[in-house]
Amino acid sequence: MAKPASNLSRQLESVGNWVDRRLPVSDFWKAHISEYYAPKNFNIMYFFGSLALLTLVNQIVTGIFLTMQYKPSAAEAFASVEYIMRDVEWGWLIRYMHSTGASFFFIVVYLHMFRGLMYGSYKKPRELVWILGVFIYLVLMAEAFMGYVLPWGQMSYWGAQVIISLFGAIPYIGDALVEWIRGDFFVSDATLNRFFALHVIALPLALLLLVVLHLAALHEVGSNNPDGIDIKKNKDEQGRPLDGIPFHPYYTVKDIFGVGVFLTLFAFMIFYAPTGGGLMLEKDNFIPADPLVTPEHIVPVWYFTPYYAILQAVPDKLLGVLLMGAAIAVLFLLPWLDRSKVRSIRYKGLASKILLVVFAIAFFRLGMLGLGTGTAAEVFEARIWTFVYFAFFGLMPFITKYEKTRPVPERVTK
Amino acid sequence: MMRFNKWTARAAGALFSAVVALPGAYAAGGYEGLEASGANVHDMASLQRGAKFFVNYCHSCHSAEYMRYQRLAEDIEGLDEEMIEQNLLFGDQELTDYMKPAMPYEASADWFGKAPPDLTLVARSKGGVDWVYTFMKGFYLTDEGWNNTVLENASMPHVLWELQGIQRPVYETVVDENGDEQTRLKELTLDEPGLMTPEEYSAAMRDLSAFLIYMGEPAILERERLGVWVLLFLVVFTFLAWLLYHEYWKDVKK
Repeated sequence: MAKPASNLSRQLESVGNWVDRRLPVSDFWKAHISEYYAPKNFNIMYFFGSLALLTLVNQIVTGIFLTMQYKPSAAEAFASVEYIMRDVEWGWLIRYMHSTGASFFFIVVYLHMFRGLMYGSYKKPRELVWILGVFIYLVLMAEAFMGYVLPWGQMSYWGAQVIISLFGAIPYIGDALVEWIRGDFFVSDATLNRFFALHVIALPLALLLLVVLHLAALHEVGSNNPDGIDIKKNKDEQGRPLDGIPFHPYYTVKDIFGVGVFLTLFAFMIFYAPTGGGLMLEKDNFIPADPLVTPEHIVPVWYFTPYYAILQAVPDKLLGVLLMGAAIAVLFLLPWLDRSKVRSIRYKGLASKILLVVFAIAFFRLGMLGLGTGTAAEVFEARIWTFVYFAFFGLMPFITKYEKTRPVPERVTK
Repeated sequence: MMRFNKWTARAAGALFSAVVALPGAYAAGGYEGLEASGANVHDMASLQRGAKFFVNYCHSCHSAEYMRYQRLAEDIEGLDEEMIEQNLLFGDQELTDYMKPAMPYEASADWFGKAPPDLTLVARSKGGVDWVYTFMKGFYLTDEGWNNTVLENASMPHVLWELQGIQRPVYETVVDENGDEQTRLKELTLDEPGLMTPEEYSAAMRDLSAFLIYMGEPAILERERLGVWVLLFLVVFTFLAWLLYHEYWKDVKK
């Protein structure tokens, strides 16, 4: 005989029902978690969505605690970061989780975006999922840039100086615009203060809103998969996709495993290489900002360097800025540049496969060149890869239209 | 454990640099021809000697303005608050004070043309302590005065010359790619011995380097000790998560 339900569990259930009649908690849980059917053939590339969410939460939580001790003023910022590193209980750990977390956020996001490129996750009907994702990426770049200014070290200061001055290349309004962004005639206390406001309130709010929209759009159309086929075409008598499995518990347990692997790598860097060999925390940023002394060479943090290399590849400042902008803006057009009948790279032709690999190499090489000192050889190579970067998008409509694709299976493969 | 920590830290750095394979020497630190200090920040005896050396020889001109005296007693075995109060504090300084120099800044700026820089973070801002180690061993005397192999025409005089002795430069003539003859510094020779033998001086600089690593990031001691346990926990956690995943997915993979 089954044990009768205890008083406590009956009371809990009635509280749950009371809430449910007033707020659709269980409906939401069903629609988005327990009865959200995801394709069962997700591979390793599908870990990075949930990991991006994890890194976002990490940045927000550690950020809240950093804000309690950090002082957003030019006179105190640098010392307050050192205070966090030395005098605040566990402050060093929270700070490293935040600074290393920023780099890991970009690693995860780049892999997540590359997954989209591989399996055509931007193609109809997921155009808005992709576009909202590109907006997330844009806001993330602004967020990371402003966050890097806050420690007020030499690289914070001069990095801000260089990046903000790019807006000065815009004809007519450039100079006024730069002054308006800085709030001063040079990067100063006013700049730091407003970047702090944007970094801790405005941009995180925008980021959270965009993430909600990104997920809402995804759950409306359903997840893509490595075969790029529509699992909603084949359903059982109850209307459940035959190739789909409930997100919970199957993908929750799988993602917990992914989180374990991720956290192991993350912890390894935090505890044994928090500066990332000078890539995550640059050595010049351990010197307080000094408007009178320019560092030997100013380099943005690694996750911006592919675009920085494109900027350096163009001799004209305005054209360079435009090309750099175009390198990001072209991502918005991707859903319409790909005219293939199939989504996944698995069934596209050889030309598409080669193009994707070469594009990945170009992006990687540009990132490495952007870290360099800008020698003639580096600039020359950056030009080649910049051309390749844009050729990927420029050739896509033609190749995807005319190349021979392989037949797509009816059901997902292993 | 100590060895493991050091090894892991180096492996992590090497792995990361290899993955990203950096052009030039930028991220590695950006300085060429530096001598490896061999400093071990987890060697408490070395840290203790380095701390004493720093206070006796460097701290009279250089501040360590983000570091508190008290922290030394907390972290370094063999240093307690009483010792610090008796030996390291001057005048009305308190244990909880930041390590500010005994010499007023303005005066030292007048003497050397430039205020001696704060040294709290020098091991980090130079991309590693090898720069300081090589710098401290690289002073030599010419007819024009003191010079340095790492930082040409450094405004700092060789304050430790009594310990190290006086090194003189040996020049050599080389032919560069344009066929022009160039004179360059070949090596330094010890012209006049100091109170320490070269080995003793190197060892002292190694201790000082260990202390500078520590001072740049006092949390490094705890960080590298703790990391092993965090990683062990995560490996076990990940393994259990993998078992759970396989248990649940049995019915999917049928």
